[in-house]
Amino acid sequence: MHRLRELYQSLEAGGLSETQRRVIERELSMAEQVGDPDLAHLFGPAPVGRSLYSYVDPDIFGQGNGSPAVSMVAAQSLDHLLQRDLQREKDGFPRKIRVGKLVKPGRDGDDKVVVIPTTVEEKLVHDRVPEEEEGDGEGQDPGEGGAGEGEEGEVIGEQPVREQPGGGSGAGQGQGGSHELESTVYDLGRILTEQFALPNLRDKGKKRSLTRFAYDLTDRNRGFGQILDKKATLKQVIQTNIALGRVQAGTQVDTGNLLISPRDRIYRILSKEKDYESQAVVFFVRDYSGSMGGKPTELVVNQHVLIYAWLSYQYQNQVETRFILHDTEAREVENFQAYYSMQVAGGTQVASAYRLVNQIVAEEELARDYSIYVFHGTDGDDWDTYGEESLPELEKMLVFASRVGITIAENGLEGSRRTEVEKYLSKSGLLESKKELLRLDVMAKESTEARIIEGIKHLIS
Amino acid sequence: MELISQHAKRIMEGCKERARQAGLRFQDETLEYVVTNRDMLELGPKIMIPTLYDYWVQEVEVLREQGRYELYPNNPYETVINTRPPISYYNDNNPDWLNVMIFYHVIGHIDFFQNNLFFRHTWDYDFTGRALADKRLFAKLRSEKGRWVDYVIEFARTIDNLVGYFDVLAESREQASAGNLSLLDYYFDVFLQRGPKSSVSLYSQEIARYNRLLKEYPEDGEIRFLKSVTEKHAELEALHARKLQEKKSVGRTDLLQFLMEYSPFLHQEKNRWMLMILEVIRSTSLYFQPQIRTKILNEGWASYWHDTLFLGDDRIKGHEVDYAIVNAKVTSMPRVGLNPYALGMRLLQYLEQQAEKGRTGLEYYQTADRRQRQDFDRATGKGRDYVFHLRENYCDSMFVNSFIDQDFVDQHRLFVVGKRLNKERMAWQYYVKSRKAADYKAMVADSLYHPPRIEVTVAENNALILNHIFEGKPLLRDFLQGVMLGVEYLWGDEVHLYTSVPIPMKAGRESDGQAKEETPKRTISWKRFRYTMKDKTLSRTLVE
Repeated sequence: MHRLRELYQSLEAGGLSETQRRVIERELSMAEQVGDPDLAHLFGPAPVGRSLYSYVDPDIFGQGNGSPAVSMVAAQSLDHLLQRDLQREKDGFPRKIRVGKLVKPGRDGDDKVVVIPTTVEEKLVHDRVPEEEEGDGEGQDPGEGGAGEGEEGEVIGEQPVREQPGGGSGAGQGQGGSHELESTVYDLGRILTEQFALPNLRDKGKKRSLTRFAYDLTDRNRGFGQILDKKATLKQVIQTNIALGRVQAGTQVDTGNLLISPRDRIYRILSKEKDYESQAVVFFVRDYSGSMGGKPTELVVNQHVLIYAWLSYQYQNQVETRFILHDTEAREVENFQAYYSMQVAGGTQVASAYRLVNQIVAEEELARDYSIYVFHGTDGDDWDTYGEESLPELEKMLVFASRVGITIAENGLEGSRRTEVEKYLSKSGLLESKKELLRLDVMAKESTEARIIEGIKHLIS
Repeated sequence: MELISQHAKRIMEGCKERARQAGLRFQDETLEYVVTNRDMLELGPKIMIPTLYDYWVQEVEVLREQGRYELYPNNPYETVINTRPPISYYNDNNPDWLNVMIFYHVIGHIDFFQNNLFFRHTWDYDFTGRALADKRLFAKLRSEKGRWVDYVIEFARTIDNLVGYFDVLAESREQASAGNLSLLDYYFDVFLQRGPKSSVSLYSQEIARYNRLLKEYPEDGEIRFLKSVTEKHAELEALHARKLQEKKSVGRTDLLQFLMEYSPFLHQEKNRWMLMILEVIRSTSLYFQPQIRTKILNEGWASYWHDTLFLGDDRIKGHEVDYAIVNAKVTSMPRVGLNPYALGMRLLQYLEQQAEKGRTGLEYYQTADRRQRQDFDRATGKGRDYVFHLRENYCDSMFVNSFIDQDFVDQHRLFVVGKRLNKERMAWQYYVKSRKAADYKAMVADSLYHPPRIEVTVAENNALILNHIFEGKPLLRDFLQGVMLGVEYLWGDEVHLYTSVPIPMKAGRESDGQAKEETPKRTISWKRFRYTMKDKTLSRTLVE
């Protein structure tokens, strides 16, 4: 905290505008008020109670599985559904299949994130009167039923604000989900590419040979070789003896009487194998400062999942990913799960993240062998108002990167104004001069899935 | 799916016998099937009707987020469906005593389906048979029209919650009482009460005069009365005739039916086949309407009977403890939440006791003294009759609104749970918000299924006008596009929807950045908007 104050003071000495000061102070106060930075984020909507209509006979009598109506019934193949959806568009109706990220409850609370196509049947239905987003949850809500002891006003239980792992749909679920996520991103990428007409990657002229050869004991040879393959040999011996009529179906095999010809011995020999290398490295960079709480984080993370899926498909799964989070400092985290769910309440300095990316690329010499993509999601606040530090780092990055995509998901805290990042980027002229390499997408807070995908198109086309 | 074993069937027949003796009424034949989990997966999306028409959405996961589920509950599926004969589903491996319990529960449902007046329009036919015919119709249409069948199904389904269920009920009642509003009824019920010169004294004078005439002239008293009335009010007959005509066209809240009758698009020769689909969707929806409107009462009734009959059943001696465990799961009041089984059963039991002591009449309500009320007992012995009366004549909203009183709330220690955010502990706290019967009743009533009421008219330029009657809630905006697109297609011209939208009014925010956390209390003002769907694009304008 002390460090942040110092940083603030040094920035202030350099002169700050009124809005700028307000932004910084808000983030500072957010960081200071809350002891545990992990808890600093915007409060989700109040937990919703169980509906009266969700109690059903088969469920309540313990007959059958929980609630079959809600579980997935994918009798039709995915391709069939997608084809149908494509046809819809041709017929002049909007698409109806949505890419959903659902939680599949596992056995021991080990929930898995599954990406599947979903749809919704629209009807005219009543909505609730919107409640305050940051309010105390009281208001129009008529409450729920309850029974038992307790005076009026007495607290009878509580539920932590932070979403429990595994609840709901959307971003940020369960541990152990990453593996399952991995297995379906390829499919998701295919859906995105085909369904949402995301562009295919263009060849960038010079084609690097990305295959290497490895030597392995994989080929088989009869008669001689390095290592005897016992199982294959035994099979061959039996075959020979069947051909000779020494093994009869239904009778006991007398192993002592089997004939073994030299040609029955099967060996493994060393051979040359193609070994595919990862072809692309993607850096996902996310701002996790205080102002990113709630919706902006969700938007950015959702978009990054989809981009990741698209790249996985494009590179036939040969994509390496690196995840970087930043507030005033940047850090690398090891997996998507951490990237997804980690939150903090600090200040914002975009330059720190760019610097870390450049550093990693330089140290590991990634630029030589890989196509490098950098996707950065932020709410657009930056304490470095004029991009004095960020822009040089960004320019450095543009030298090696195949594409840098910056997503600004507005947090709406300051009304609709142009954010610092947006301002200094457009001022720098990089968006124009390096149009092929740098893209910017600005999303409002209320953006939908369709808007996110629209944004991806812009970022990667 | 296969039928249950003969052994289990014998048990079922025994249960039926005992249920009949207790006064339940239902048809003799029932079908019981053993289902696997896999069967349930297929039956679930078809709302347990094995012959329901196929539709691709049944085969995709329908996105139902937790909160949204509450907003548009779909039809609750039961272990038993309201068909002729009724079909019920069981696990293969239930022990006999559990089957007895479930059989009684099922019999409770069957009795409810076949006697509650809100199900009246489902009494005359077997839905599985009809559904099968519909399914074949769709299959045939698909072979001719291809994917367009599914589009029409989809569009019809977007408005299948806007069917005139109560109109259908009213119609079937009118048919039963066989008669329109007579001139006499009109005079007393409408003209005198809502006419220009309505007054209580005039009304009672006229009643007295009518009775006197009837007494004096037993043969033609009524005619004499009417003659004098029409002489006095020359306009009466014309008004009456107009009223009769008017009745046919008012109450246009059934959008599906309206489209079927008046849509120029659907009546083009090449599109007439779509009418069949709309009719199927509408009748299917109508069939399920009573089920969702009697959830508390229906489950309460079934639980009331399995509880009553199981304990009196001599065949299951020795399984009382097993039963108690399952029964507690089914019918205990949750600490937080609203279990329709528990609430319905308790309310029925409570009302039975009240009726048993004669506490349902005027006399009891006029007793103000607390002690006297407590000791009020006329020992009428009419408790059972009274719950049968409720089973026949009530639906959830009537049931809840009429009978949740303070005594009931106190007896079962019910309360309304509130939620608030405790920022220090970073937790949502649940607290006892109110123990008042009025609040509890309002809470239950609010959680009941209630589709929006939409009045349909046609404007001069042949645009379809949907007027959403304001009831304190907005429409779910995300869905407007999809619904109106479908309606535009089925109507064949532009569609307007008038609805109210809450506009949050932010109180002035402090300029001081520190105080941002304390967002000032918001108030909401309602504004009337018109959504227009024209050429597949949706636009919105303020109309006030």
